[in-house]
Amino acid sequence: MKIKLCILALFGCSLSLFSQEYFPQNDGVKTENSNYTAFKNAKIYVTPTNIIENGVLLVQNGKVAAVGSSVSIPENSVTIDLNGKSIYPSFIDMCSDFGILAPKEPQKSNTPQYDASREGYYWNDHVMPENRAVEKFSFEEKRAKELLDAGFGVVNTHISDGIIRGSGALIALNENTTNSERIIAEDAAQFLSFEKSKASRQAYPTSLMGAIALLRQMYFDAQWYEAGNAEGKDLSLEALIKNRPLPQIFIADDKLNDLRADNLGDEFKLNYIIKGGGNEFERIDEIVGTKASYIIPLNFPDAYDVTDPYMANKISLEEMLLWNQAPTNPKVLAENNVTFAITAKDNKKLTDFKANLLKAIAYGLDKTTALEALTTIPASLLNESDEIGTLEKGRYANFLITSGDIFDKETTLYENWVQGNKHVVNNMETIDIRGEYTLNINSESYALSLSGELEKIKSELKKGATKIASNITYQNGWLHLFFNPNGDADKDQFIRLSSLIASEGNLKGEAVLTNGNTTNWTAIKKTSQEKEKETETDEIPKVFPVTYPNKAFGLKSLPQQQTILFKNATVWTSEDTGILQNTDVLVKNGKIASMGTNLSASGAKIIDATGKHLTAGIIDEHSHIAAAAINEAGHNSSAEVTIEDVVNSEDADIYRNLSGGVTTIQILHGSANPIGGRSAIIKLKWGEDPTGLLYKERSKFIKFALGENVKQSNWGASQTIRFPQTRMGVEQVFTDYFQRAKEYSEQWKAYNALSSSKKSRTKAPRYDVEMETLAEILNKERFITCHSYVQSEINMLMKVAEKFDFNINTFTHILEGYKVADKMKEHGVGGSTFSDWWAYKFEVNDAIPYNAAIMHDQGITVAINSDDGEMSRRLNQEAAKTIKYGGMSEEEAWKMVTINPAKLLHLDTHIGSIKEGKDADLVLWSDHPLSVYAIAEKTIIEGAVYYDYEQMQEAETLIRQEKNELVNMMIRAKNNGVKTQAPKVKEDEAFHCNTLIYQLK
Amino acid sequence: MKNLIYIAFLMITHIILAQQTPASPQTTSILITGATIHIGNGTVVENGAVGFNDGKITYVGSASAVDKNEFSQVIDAVGKHIYPGFIALNSTLGLVEIDAVRATDDEDEIGSLLPHIRSLIAYNAESKVVESMRPNGVLMGQVTPRGGSISGTSSVVQFDAWNWEDAAIKVDDAIHMNWPNSLKRGRPWRGEDPGLKPNEDYTKEIDGIIHFLMEAKAYLAGNQNPRNLPYEATKGLFDGTQKLFIHVDGKREITDAVNFAKKAGIEKIVVVGGDQADEVSGLLASNNIPVVVKRPHRLPSSDDENIKHTFMLASLLSKAGVLCSIDPSGSMERMNTRNLPFYAGSFAAYGMAKEQAVQLITENAAKIAGVDKLVGTIETGKDATLFISEGDALDMRTNIISKAYIQGRDISLETHQTELWKRYTEKYGKK
Repeated sequence: MKIKLCILALFGCSLSLFSQEYFPQNDGVKTENSNYTAFKNAKIYVTPTNIIENGVLLVQNGKVAAVGSSVSIPENSVTIDLNGKSIYPSFIDMCSDFGILAPKEPQKSNTPQYDASREGYYWNDHVMPENRAVEKFSFEEKRAKELLDAGFGVVNTHISDGIIRGSGALIALNENTTNSERIIAEDAAQFLSFEKSKASRQAYPTSLMGAIALLRQMYFDAQWYEAGNAEGKDLSLEALIKNRPLPQIFIADDKLNDLRADNLGDEFKLNYIIKGGGNEFERIDEIVGTKASYIIPLNFPDAYDVTDPYMANKISLEEMLLWNQAPTNPKVLAENNVTFAITAKDNKKLTDFKANLLKAIAYGLDKTTALEALTTIPASLLNESDEIGTLEKGRYANFLITSGDIFDKETTLYENWVQGNKHVVNNMETIDIRGEYTLNINSESYALSLSGELEKIKSELKKGATKIASNITYQNGWLHLFFNPNGDADKDQFIRLSSLIASEGNLKGEAVLTNGNTTNWTAIKKTSQEKEKETETDEIPKVFPVTYPNKAFGLKSLPQQQTILFKNATVWTSEDTGILQNTDVLVKNGKIASMGTNLSASGAKIIDATGKHLTAGIIDEHSHIAAAAINEAGHNSSAEVTIEDVVNSEDADIYRNLSGGVTTIQILHGSANPIGGRSAIIKLKWGEDPTGLLYKERSKFIKFALGENVKQSNWGASQTIRFPQTRMGVEQVFTDYFQRAKEYSEQWKAYNALSSSKKSRTKAPRYDVEMETLAEILNKERFITCHSYVQSEINMLMKVAEKFDFNINTFTHILEGYKVADKMKEHGVGGSTFSDWWAYKFEVNDAIPYNAAIMHDQGITVAINSDDGEMSRRLNQEAAKTIKYGGMSEEEAWKMVTINPAKLLHLDTHIGSIKEGKDADLVLWSDHPLSVYAIAEKTIIEGAVYYDYEQMQEAETLIRQEKNELVNMMIRAKNNGVKTQAPKVKEDEAFHCNTLIYQLK
Repeated sequence: MKNLIYIAFLMITHIILAQQTPASPQTTSILITGATIHIGNGTVVENGAVGFNDGKITYVGSASAVDKNEFSQVIDAVGKHIYPGFIALNSTLGLVEIDAVRATDDEDEIGSLLPHIRSLIAYNAESKVVESMRPNGVLMGQVTPRGGSISGTSSVVQFDAWNWEDAAIKVDDAIHMNWPNSLKRGRPWRGEDPGLKPNEDYTKEIDGIIHFLMEAKAYLAGNQNPRNLPYEATKGLFDGTQKLFIHVDGKREITDAVNFAKKAGIEKIVVVGGDQADEVSGLLASNNIPVVVKRPHRLPSSDDENIKHTFMLASLLSKAGVLCSIDPSGSMERMNTRNLPFYAGSFAAYGMAKEQAVQLITENAAKIAGVDKLVGTIETGKDATLFISEGDALDMRTNIISKAYIQGRDISLETHQTELWKRYTEKYGKK
């Protein structure tokens, strides 16, 4: 039965379908229609800026035959008189998944899958440039209707799955035809994203940075493949090469991911069109800096339901601000001359799209820009301006007929024509009865107001000042309205009115009274009160200024370098000069200008530091804050990934770290694999964007790891298939990779030494980012900091390094370093350790808090690190523990969080101590900095004050006030009937070495 | 052969590295003199002396007023500081040895209403982690089970014992309850938003606990046949011999918990955690409900919170008249409990007098655990559980402990860790 129905449905459809001229026809005679359709007396937006006040649009064979104010209408025309209505080009959504089913998810399994599922394609399942939407696409009637009702005529649909998603197809939403006519371009653009395919379980990448590294390597591989260097076939790379001329649409979905995508594109001279997240306004300067074109969603958050103050209090300022400010996103982009198209992709319901479009305009988006973002811009970004986007001659006849300004709330969208085929949204014949009336019935008089959308009209009835509940329907010209004249809800006594509306103006019809008798009624329309109504339209609430980052404790403007003179401080130099009493320190141009007594400087901000202590900023050698991902666990080596790709400038822990006097951190990759990823060394310049945080003098580091984490000891019983599973295997991983890196370098050296003629006859080696990174280590250009616990493996790694003629730079954690301190000294490696952590897993059974002191006594450069976003706020206390455990001197203890980590990071010529000429990264402490009672009062980076204890307290008060104001605004919104959402409280995950998160959101 | 010898050597050293032998009972009277004595009740005696005999304190006062001849042993502690042994409430010390090794984990029994589950019998008096508390002055703890709605019953122990019976100071002092949360986390593996959202089962969960306690109360009033172990275990709550420690953080939840206790007829309750307790401090103070304040060394619970709130909480509550101690629970809580004095120091840095901060982990802790007649302050008649520090014991620089006594017994300050330290110092020293 089901099958029969399907066949019937197909047959039913095919009757009205367009058929191509060369197709045989068996259901009747062959017909052709070359008539014209002429739309006259219309205000025609030929383009958003070329507007004909009273013109004719002539359509033939689905295209615009002519448009203008004096077009002569041919005889074989069906003429439609629009009586002053408006015609707009219909909208284009260039980022859609219309008509494409979600991919099938594979069976779940606890055992990870490391290899690709496919053969003949790229080694990673998440790279699928060979996918083509046009092959998977089927016309979805219901969705098409929704899109047409929302004003869209053409969509660029794609398979919304995977990192490289293949090409999208440009589809006209023409209901009365077949795909052969609907497909405007079968490969309109290539789509990319940072998200893995749901169709594959292949582990790599397990993180955002892995996805970025994968894309990078893939582009190198494509270049190499294209040059004919590969032995085998790779259908993915071939497709990628083929797709290269297409517009490249990168679905980034968030302001920082926008920047990440753009940075990647820059490396390969690719101008991605970036699909944003709607929060671009929060980092508008950086977005402008990308010089990219954008596709912007209108996914404004609903107000939160704040009726429960307890829950309301849990909603973060960040979320509240986003609610308040997000509708300004399109306006801010437009004002900053960012080219953007608008998409409905992120609107779960298309009715939200329309409402949000009007909202964006109410919040200041210029109407012409809005129309361009929906028509000409997407057409031009897709290189299809000759086909779609305007109503110039020769373009597809894709247009909207409206009662007036399409961006006006009261305007009715009547028809959406696609390829010359009509789709009715609202019946054009429906007479507009909206307005204010005096209803007279049964010798009673009421005030009647009809408003809202014409097809979903709303009635408001009043008798004198009393509101009376009423219900209205208005369809196919018939109006029905009923109400209870007594206004008494208990009595089911209604007056029912009906009328077939013939013309605008006064209304009249029949009524059935409460007693069942029939009588006539009239409604006399009041004279124009339009103006009064306009003032009623939603007033735009106050929009809060954006801060950097746009959340609690964010800054309205970035701190500036100052000339500062600290007077009479106790100065902990972390140099041979030791601790200086009653000393002045002058900061100028971001550097320490001079130190001494009785210093003076004109124009300097004087800070009286009497009784206070001034130190260099704390440096945390091992941190995992301020990153969107920490571990790439998909392979046992991930030297190709770098934390620099995923620095998260919006992390509250940056500010919290400043409050503990920390100024520089190394964000390390985690310990999920023996060869981890490259580090990011940043200064905690709260408010800066990710690039601004990267320390310009930074050295090159990579994280390695040993022990339980890399052999997956505590990952669960199913995680036993990745090599290595023992410490024995770990050694082999290192030896294997370094040997390969060595051979790789030699291959390149040999190849580069060839003459150019020989080169052209020789296959070039494959450029391998992972091997390049490892070769840097062998060349002593990049340094290893290695997560390490027990002595056997510590010793092992030093021996492996020695075999390959380089040194390990730092052992981090290094809990049993005290057992091999002599060997470490001999090797020349430093140690960066916890002060007192132990007993959390088997391999830390012999960890002792005396570790730092013993290593130090053996002449090793020792730092105290955190590996923890909480502990890093009090590294001064952690350093002080070395005094208790092992009897370090105070001066040496302090060096363990300042100059020693600077040395380990090869940055000691710039930071880590107070010395003339060095960066003015300083902390002013209320007390002895190693004391538990010390509070960081000011934290300064390069001469700019990034944290001030008192200002933090003031900021907290301000946060409370702002939240209170926003809550009141949300309550008002709710009372005005605006949709609200249940409060959800965002929780940030604190990152450690073993955190496995794809991307923090 | 060489390897065998090496293995044998390793085995021997492992035996050597076993736990410290508990000290024998005090046989001679001891006087420590010349030190600054931190009584534990907020006061200090400068140039004071403490004498003790048979495990009990016999003298506290000025060093000049004491007759040294009355004591067999006199310890000169001029310039040093004496503190009562610090007490860690709500601790899982001795219940777990190595976090990641499941076989060593005995803190959380399955089930949800478990007042009959008693921590004491699983307390490992020979834990290497426990002994590492002592060199920092943490000499006692309330060993507490975790998990469930009613986690079980805690006991107060001292940290120098042959076995759990020896260790006990107060057996089954309190029942611990995890108050339901009015919010719950989304389960991302079920496609839910991972953030917090209202817990629609909140009232139901509270009702479940009330129902259980009402049933228990009815059971206890009857002939108790057949026997019901969980009901029976709640007896102390209703006759006032046991306290109910309610682990609860949110402002709403704390308020609900206080009302719940009144309704259930439970007089002695204690709030553990209390992240937002400062917002209902009036309610807590007026009902004389103490708070075991979450350790300051944790991140603020939201981005919007004063970033020093966790450090300010004890002082905010104390100023409002709430009796406070410190809750060391949280990430890596056991090994970190040796930092208890530094938690107190951190609270002192943000608005609290130093002696008041000492009080958090001495007298206040003893009062809250109901062991203040025995321990918590240096006063005559109480256990001689105290230690001598080179300086301020709340500051890591000066928390250097030369002597510690538990019930007058001169306990070892060596640990697995100090022995390794010495072993390797010696190794390098010999070179």
